[in-house]
Amino acid sequence: MLKKINCIINGEPKEIEVDVRESLLDMLRNRLHLTGTKQGCGVGECGACAVLIDGNTIDSCIYMAVWADGKNITTIEGISKPDGSLSDIQQNYVDKGAVQCGFCTPGFVISTTALLNKNDDPSRDEIRRGLSGNLCRCTGYQKILDAVETTVEQRRNSKK
Amino acid sequence: MENTAIGKSQIRWDAVAKVTGRANYTGDIPQKEMYHGKIYRAKIAHGMVKSIDVSEALKVPGVIKVLTPDDVSSYSFPTAGHPYSLDPKLSDKADRKILTRHIRLYGDEIAAVIAKTELAAEEALGKIKVEYEEYEFYLTPEESLKEGALEIHEGTKNIIADTTAEIGDLETGFKEADILIEHDCYTPTVQHCQMENQIAYAYKDVDGRWVCVTSTQIPHICRRILGQAFGMPWGRFRVIKPFVGGGFGNKQDVTIEPMVVAMSMAVGGKPVMLDLHREEVFACTRVRHAISYKMKFGFKNDGRIVAGDILAISNNGAYASHGHAVVAKGGGMVTALYKVPNFKYHAMTVYTNIAAAGAMRGYGVPQISYAIETFMDTAARKLGIDPFDLRKINMTKAMEENPLLHMTQYTMGLRECIEQGKERFQWEKRVEEVAAAKKAGKLRGLGFAAFAYTSGTYPKGLEAAGCRLVLNQDGSIKMMVGATEIGQGSDTVFRQMVAETVGVPVDMVYADQVTDTDTSPFDTGAYASRQTFVSGMAVKKAAEELKEKILLAALEFAEEGQEAETVDLDVKDCKVIKKSDGSLYTELGDLALKTYYHLNKGICLTADVSNKCIQNAYPYGGTFVDLEVDKVTGKVKIYNILNIHDSGVIINPLMASGQVEGGMTMGISYALDEELRYDSSTGKPLNNNLLDYKMPTMMDVPDLMVDFVEIPDPIGPYGNKSLGEPPNCSPAPAIRNAIADAIGVDINAIPITPQKIIEVLNAKDKEV
Ligand code: FES
Ligand code: FES
Repeated sequence: MLKKINCIINGEPKEIEVDVRESLLDMLRNRLHLTGTKQGCGVGECGACAVLIDGNTIDSCIYMAVWADGKNITTIEGISKPDGSLSDIQQNYVDKGAVQCGFCTPGFVISTTALLNKNDDPSRDEIRRGLSGNLCRCTGYQKILDAVETTVEQRRNSKK
Repeated sequence: MENTAIGKSQIRWDAVAKVTGRANYTGDIPQKEMYHGKIYRAKIAHGMVKSIDVSEALKVPGVIKVLTPDDVSSYSFPTAGHPYSLDPKLSDKADRKILTRHIRLYGDEIAAVIAKTELAAEEALGKIKVEYEEYEFYLTPEESLKEGALEIHEGTKNIIADTTAEIGDLETGFKEADILIEHDCYTPTVQHCQMENQIAYAYKDVDGRWVCVTSTQIPHICRRILGQAFGMPWGRFRVIKPFVGGGFGNKQDVTIEPMVVAMSMAVGGKPVMLDLHREEVFACTRVRHAISYKMKFGFKNDGRIVAGDILAISNNGAYASHGHAVVAKGGGMVTALYKVPNFKYHAMTVYTNIAAAGAMRGYGVPQISYAIETFMDTAARKLGIDPFDLRKINMTKAMEENPLLHMTQYTMGLRECIEQGKERFQWEKRVEEVAAAKKAGKLRGLGFAAFAYTSGTYPKGLEAAGCRLVLNQDGSIKMMVGATEIGQGSDTVFRQMVAETVGVPVDMVYADQVTDTDTSPFDTGAYASRQTFVSGMAVKKAAEELKEKILLAALEFAEEGQEAETVDLDVKDCKVIKKSDGSLYTELGDLALKTYYHLNKGICLTADVSNKCIQNAYPYGGTFVDLEVDKVTGKVKIYNILNIHDSGVIINPLMASGQVEGGMTMGISYALDEELRYDSSTGKPLNNNLLDYKMPTMMDVPDLMVDFVEIPDPIGPYGNKSLGEPPNCSPAPAIRNAIADAIGVDINAIPITPQKIIEVLNAKDKEV
């Protein structure tokens, strides 16, 4: 069964017809070709499919597309600034070597964005906890931690 | 002259694409009217299919076809990502078919559905009816080798191979010994858990050939295996590899490509995609070999090893895949680390009914390192010798030939790794801390373990690589390699090599986004930590050739009055300069433009080389660890952990430390958490998902320290030796050794879970 939903995706209002059995992840990837959001498990275990829904990190693979009706959704494609330049978080992931195969990266960038929006001065342990819903097999997480801590520090310094 | 690109922390070229979601992996590339394939998998672990009924499945709306073993090519093919061997005796076992009636593992591939949507394909899977004749199944070599066990593959007695490598005479050696020490240990079945599951799609191209776009580590090998699976000339296939979301050896095997091509063949060449679920990847692709070791070594009282006997039995699961090569590698790694004048390495690889074991980061070396390095620790205690001293007494040296691998090592930096590592780790200070903690009743311990590795597979396997360079009109360089970027950063490192050798900035060298067997020069792919070393040789050769051509062209295009006969030129920072005084001779961009567009002279400059590497170099290193065991919960807390590596010259320190950190993390969870387990009553995997299989999250990984001892190796193209797999080899034995130090009991089977620790502590309490 198909159903029409209305939502905002990366700042643009959209009207989309979705299968009622379809996940938000499938809707984003297959109907809108927003393929930056990845699937690593399909059942909420890995965080590769993370998106922001009204500012909260959600695994889009276990979120029904129909639930997105009326929601404000940001995918990795909506994280860069409107002029195409990288967000500070993205830039630090690049500079600190936090990216290897990159398959987990969109999910990590999304989760980091939400984490730092909610807590602008997280401790190392709070970062670990905040990003523990995202799995990465390549990096051992060290350089991801570096990237996040660097962002926190830069933001703190720019406020001074 | 000072390096301009080698040894610098270059940012990887694809990082921006990856942080913005613009890097296209196999599943991100849209195809018009793509069908979706799904595999119907066995619900038993061993037996025969008596009947398959697909009639109901075919009625599901959207289903195009359902394939059974009778509908697909029935050629047997090998799957291992090994180069083709001209000697049939050395060929990989061809024991796979695309679909099978003979079920050898839970999840074996019986039928396949092709449908317009994934949902329709899934629904159809649920409607296929299969009747089985069930056989007894075996989860361990012990079971499949017992008297009267059924043969999983006919005529094999369930043994893939049984080999013995020997040096000297074992019995004489044992007679010379003052003390004999025995040690048994076990390493478990674990999985790669690369974040991108196996995914591929296939179609018939306009030229009538079959194209397979796939997430693979081995595009050129994959093409050959497709030829074998369909009994067709290899050139009829083209394999394309987009960005890959990790492999770690899981994709150094051909697991889904023949199937997806067969699916496309069944629908007239329309594109069909096959995208495995995580549960299928765990249960039905590849795992690491579980190996059990029985060891007996003879020592002199002063610590010298005089004899060593190792029996290694490797659980290969249901299909041969990489088979015996994995456990067989172990013997040469022992003799790379230590001199064992009388040595016997008896290895056996055995079929069972679990997931097929193939290549996984370290290729048998995490296992043998675990065996030999836990053994050395136990032996040191029995001999009353400091474990570092025991290692130093027996260590091999530079310029010695490995008696099993028959290759001379020109550098051997383990001694330096131990010295520098102790300092960096503050070993002496930690010894005091740990002693104080122990006094206070804490279960705190220190451990160390070493490893040896190889750079590529020579002389066991072919080592060939190719590189093509084109000088663009603006003086930039297009680089094409057959080596395979899967996230490890090889393309970035190759760009640095080209930049260094030609004399241009790194950002003037462009890599390919895909590896394509039609356009990328032949290279066997991403495995054996071979690429910086083996493919690096080809890259250097091509870069030298291009530079040579640039210098000749500069002379050909010398301006009037510019000396052209005797002048010695060089290229630096995109400028052709005079060597004598560094003055500008011509801009590289200007020269390139002339080579393209001068009406009468010059030609576009390219270099296209292929190279066979007939050398090997052994990287060394080790792990230092400081940890505490919680008496109540049995949990292990790592306070400090350091990996130190002798990988020769480090090409890119930032990316190199990233490799080490990733490998250490895999090694830590190998020691403490990970194991793919099976239900002994059904043969079904119990934890084939990311929730129950304990892959570490950010909360589980401590802060990691990384260090390098940079001894330039004369064989490596830039003084480098391999690095990708080594970091995974020594953390597990180091952690086990530290736990032994903390609790005073040797636990020899990993993973050392809290449950095991508590059981051991309880048993110890009872003894007292
Ligand atoms: S794909 Fe959604 S959590 Fe793994
Ligand atoms: S970078 Fe590969 S999984 Fe994280």
